[in-house]
Amino acid sequence: MEHKPKIAIHKFASCSGCQLAFVNMGEDLIELLQLVDLVHMAEVGSMAPEDQQVDIAFIEGSITTPHDVDRLLKIRANSACLITIGACATSGGIQALRNNADSGEWMRSVYAKPEFIQSLSTSAAIANHVKVDFELWGCPVSSRQMFTAIRTLLYGVPPLSLREKVCQECKRRGNVCILVTQDAPCMGPVTRTGCGALCPSFGAPCYTCYGPAEGVNTASFGQRLIGLGLHPDQVARRFASINNAAPAFSEATRLFAGEEGKS
Amino acid sequence: MAEVPRYFPRARLAELISVVQRAGFRVIGPRVDQGALVYREIDGVEDLPQGLTDEQAPGHYRLAANGTQRHFSWANGMSAIKPFVYAPRERLWRVDRDTHGIHFRPLMSIAPRTAILGVRACDLSALILNDAHFLRNLYPDPYYRLRRENLLLIAVNCSHAASTCFCASTGDGPEVSGGYDLLLNELEEGYLVHSGSPSGDEILQKLATARPSRRQLDQARHQLDACRQQQRAMPPAPRLTGLMSRLDHPSWDAVAEQCLACGNCTAVCPTCFCHREVEAPALDGQSSVHRRDWDSCFNEDHSYLVGMLVRPDIKTRYRQWMTHKLATWQEQYGRSGCVGCGRCTTWCPVGIDFVAQARRVLEDEA
Repeated sequence: MEHKPKIAIHKFASCSGCQLAFVNMGEDLIELLQLVDLVHMAEVGSMAPEDQQVDIAFIEGSITTPHDVDRLLKIRANSACLITIGACATSGGIQALRNNADSGEWMRSVYAKPEFIQSLSTSAAIANHVKVDFELWGCPVSSRQMFTAIRTLLYGVPPLSLREKVCQECKRRGNVCILVTQDAPCMGPVTRTGCGALCPSFGAPCYTCYGPAEGVNTASFGQRLIGLGLHPDQVARRFASINNAAPAFSEATRLFAGEEGKS
Repeated sequence: MAEVPRYFPRARLAELISVVQRAGFRVIGPRVDQGALVYREIDGVEDLPQGLTDEQAPGHYRLAANGTQRHFSWANGMSAIKPFVYAPRERLWRVDRDTHGIHFRPLMSIAPRTAILGVRACDLSALILNDAHFLRNLYPDPYYRLRRENLLLIAVNCSHAASTCFCASTGDGPEVSGGYDLLLNELEEGYLVHSGSPSGDEILQKLATARPSRRQLDQARHQLDACRQQQRAMPPAPRLTGLMSRLDHPSWDAVAEQCLACGNCTAVCPTCFCHREVEAPALDGQSSVHRRDWDSCFNEDHSYLVGMLVRPDIKTRYRQWMTHKLATWQEQYGRSGCVGCGRCTTWCPVGIDFVAQARRVLEDEA
């Protein structure tokens, strides 16, 4: 390696939980900092400007203000590889629920002087504004995901992107399916792997942290949830969660919310 | 049942378990977990289910009390023997880099001697198919073999069939025909026991048993006869090869509307063996562990060839699963890959009925 690659971690509208996946690497973080230069990460006090040239820019958070857009364009222009981390950056996050509401109306009802607030009408995924080279899904992403992505990029190959359903990992762990034994509205059959089937391993139903899996059949699955006793509106809400603005889930939300209107 | 079995009362089942443990085996048996029976390690008879039966239907599994003292009065649990011989996730080898170059070494985990108590006829048939795939080829799988050679199998003849069972039609059950070390028939008050191997003989010799009565032998036979009356029946194997001439049948589209491509069926299937291999490099880039994970023909990367997916949609993936299991498997391993356990149907989150789907494609009325 001729030079130490430069890495930046930028924050937009988010809770900072994904950046913590980086901080929480523990001893691996010390090892990682031998391999790369961390030039920007607000959480730890590194604050290189957005136009600093970097090899990998990780982006946490969604785009919600005109200022965000300016920053993002600068980052993109100065990054060889741009990777989104987490639900907010990758699909718009839980805050994208506001995309279906009148944000001007909300601002007027909450703030005494809404004219001081410069906000876009939507919470958008990074890919809605610039080209994204790689996505790390999750809410939050794990240390393992970040470190694997960096390691494989240091080898000069693109990170492996597994898009299978949570059920696959759940079965590898030997878990009993709580949808089949308890009629639990577990979202595993439509949700992307990556969490290690964390919730079902503790007997709790999956709630879509890692976004839609590849090749999902949300129409059939939603009907099944109705068959288990959920009201169509409850089905719509199961999809309208952390990754509500991911296209497969926003379509499913509309499908089942619409069904309620019909009934 | 070839030779006359021996008999021991229910109270002595604990003794059988401790004899096996003293012979150096960890004992795996059925245990209740999240509302289902699953094979897990047991310390003794107190960990086994008692007076429980299973109610299975497409996409549905419930345990219910049946008012008996029996430990094995259920059809089957979520998993078969497969995870104990073909690990869901396994480290295969490791590579290290130093100044002399790169060095590979195998990562063989130690396989503890393992007894599995409660094995059913369908699962034993499946194990024989697993053997055919992993051991009887040019490159026998050493990871599988290590675990397989350390198994002691204590089978139980079924006394109850679930609504999803169809082993009678595939010829794999409900009566165990071979491949076991010990075989039990559970009766109201105790067990008939047969030995099927020298290891089984050794265990049996250490157990106090008696000659069974005529009535006990009759009870065992009647239970099995009742168990043969199953609600579902897979068409016979020669008929199943007909699936291959019906690849354009409209019912593949219909099943694709329902199928989630979640791969639960392939994971619980006792004969599915597909895997992917994954590299897990250390952060410093100087070593890497090569791993094998269970895969499924319902996953996109399963049919990935350079630049394309051979099976890009749910329809072609479902069709691959069914036609391989029931039809092309016959060419590959000399019989259908389905042993009639019905797990694919019970554990399908949307309750797709595997037998009914095969019949729809074959336009074969049940």
